[in-house]
Amino acid sequence: MVAFQKIADSIILGNAKLARDLTEQALQDGLSPQEILENGLIAGMNVVGVRFRKNEIYVPEVLISARAMKAALENLSPMLTQTKVKPKGKVILGTVKGDLHDIGKNLVGMMLEGAGFEIVDLGIDVSPEKFASAVEQENANILGMSALLTTTMIGMKTVIDTLAVGNLRDKVQVIVGGAPVTQHYCEEIGADGYAPDSASAVDLVKALLDSK
Amino acid sequence: MRKSYLERLKEGTLLADGAMGTRLQSKGLSAGECPDRWNLTNSEKVKEVHREYVLAGAESLITNTFGGTRTKLTQCGYPEKQWEINFRGAEIAREIAGDDIYVVGSIGPMGKFLAPFGDMAEADAARDFKEQAKALDAGGADVLQIETMTDLNEIVIAVRAVKESTNLPVIASMTFDKGQKGYRTVMGIDVPTAVAALIKENADVLGSNCGNGIDELIEIMVEMRRYTDFPLLAKPNAGIPVIQKGEVVYTQGPDYFAARVQKLVQAGATVIGGCCGTTPDHIRAMALELNK
Ligand code: B1M
Repeated sequence: MVAFQKIADSIILGNAKLARDLTEQALQDGLSPQEILENGLIAGMNVVGVRFRKNEIYVPEVLISARAMKAALENLSPMLTQTKVKPKGKVILGTVKGDLHDIGKNLVGMMLEGAGFEIVDLGIDVSPEKFASAVEQENANILGMSALLTTTMIGMKTVIDTLAVGNLRDKVQVIVGGAPVTQHYCEEIGADGYAPDSASAVDLVKALLDSK
Repeated sequence: MRKSYLERLKEGTLLADGAMGTRLQSKGLSAGECPDRWNLTNSEKVKEVHREYVLAGAESLITNTFGGTRTKLTQCGYPEKQWEINFRGAEIAREIAGDDIYVVGSIGPMGKFLAPFGDMAEADAARDFKEQAKALDAGGADVLQIETMTDLNEIVIAVRAVKESTNLPVIASMTFDKGQKGYRTVMGIDVPTAVAALIKENADVLGSNCGNGIDELIEIMVEMRRYTDFPLLAKPNAGIPVIQKGEVVYTQGPDYFAARVQKLVQAGATVIGGCCGTTPDHIRAMALELNK
């Protein structure tokens, strides 16, 4: 039986091949994709996040772990969607205009996908108009914006204003995240939720959809 | 008429200019707009920034070409303008600098990670930096400043590329953050490692820019001085910006800089100036203090 800790360790070490193999083996052992994801992959990525914030590791290590996570998820994703008839909900994601940081946003996307949500990733440097037209067309439940710069995070408000002008604000719940973003800022601009990290982003999305 | 840049540094402290990007923003550049393209579409505004720094007492002007590598310009949608943007950037600065003030060609990060962490190949990076260096040289730069770098591999490739494609002196400047393990770049490079590698590549001036304000940069200079007697550049940002009443505000004003500029020089900095959030007023305040 593959221990969850081993899977988590493969993520922490950033060993993509090991992560993929262990996930495969765990599936064969009869563990559920959900358990593998939460107790293995996400648990590992959480440790990576904490170590990064404590300056114990740096960006290269985060990138390598993210890549291992992605590799393992490729095994898991088909299984995760198989266990459910339809996705739990649809989330539009993007980094706001002028901002090119996407490591955090991609992690949030991977985690949400792992948790069974359908993701529409608009990428980086996304204009308010592009966010608005995705909201108009995609019929999503959630719009998630990421920003890593103090100078670009104020663009989140512009997006919310643009949605309001286009009568689209009620079509989605808006969530925000990224290092300079705070709960206070989230409330100030009238977003529906803030998550400090990708694991809490999954909880947040679930909670918002449940409360609907 | 100016002497060679390196000869000039032998005579003592050189006061450079302050931020370009945040100055252009205050003159109407919007978030997400490509600043470098203003060299072609809005060059009067770029000249205005240069002129303000000259009036404030700056002895060198940095070109508006921080994002001028082909890879970076591709992210904004103008890769085909690579040569023009850099060439004009240097020409514009020279026009304002005249014969006495130095023109420093800015070369910033490509905004993509090199292999194995990302998918950027070393050969492509070298091609990018060579292209940019040649255009800045042709446009009239006196020295090239590779700045705000965090990946040692990337800055080493850039220094080599500049050395191979021009005869200009090179300033190699990285951005460090203070953490549990002391000063490191976000890629995990510490000061002694950076200094040793850059000296080995024959960089002419070493340094640090941006970061977290002037106090930390003083500490970084002290640390760099421990490992080298090369001329050092220090261009701190005006602190980490905060949002006040919906506006982005940098916390360290001109007086804050002026009160610490002597310390920065004592710590070992030869070239001083400012990065993001600094203004001509910062440079003027530092000039007054240095001339006391
Ligand atoms: C939708 O709902 C949600 C919910 C949760 C969400 C969410 C959305 N989005 C994120 N989350 C949350 O979940 C994630 C996972 O737990 C978390 O995401 P994070 O993104 O916070 O965490 C990631 C997992 C790891 N963290 C990161 O990926 C960011 C790391 C640091 C080192 C960083 C990186 C890597 C980069 N950078 Co940039 N960079 C820095 C960062 C400094 C640091 N030590 O943090 C920061 C953010 N950068 C900064 C700066 C200034 C810049 N950077 C720049 C460029 C870059 C690189 C291209 C080199 C690279 C980005 C590559 C990429 N593809 O993303 C430039 C700007 C480019 C641009 N226009 O965007 C440039 C301007 C530098 C320059 N002068 O060129 C600083 C911002 C200061 C500020 N507050 O404004 C900075 C804090 C560094 C510093 N100390 O100065 C949570 O925030």
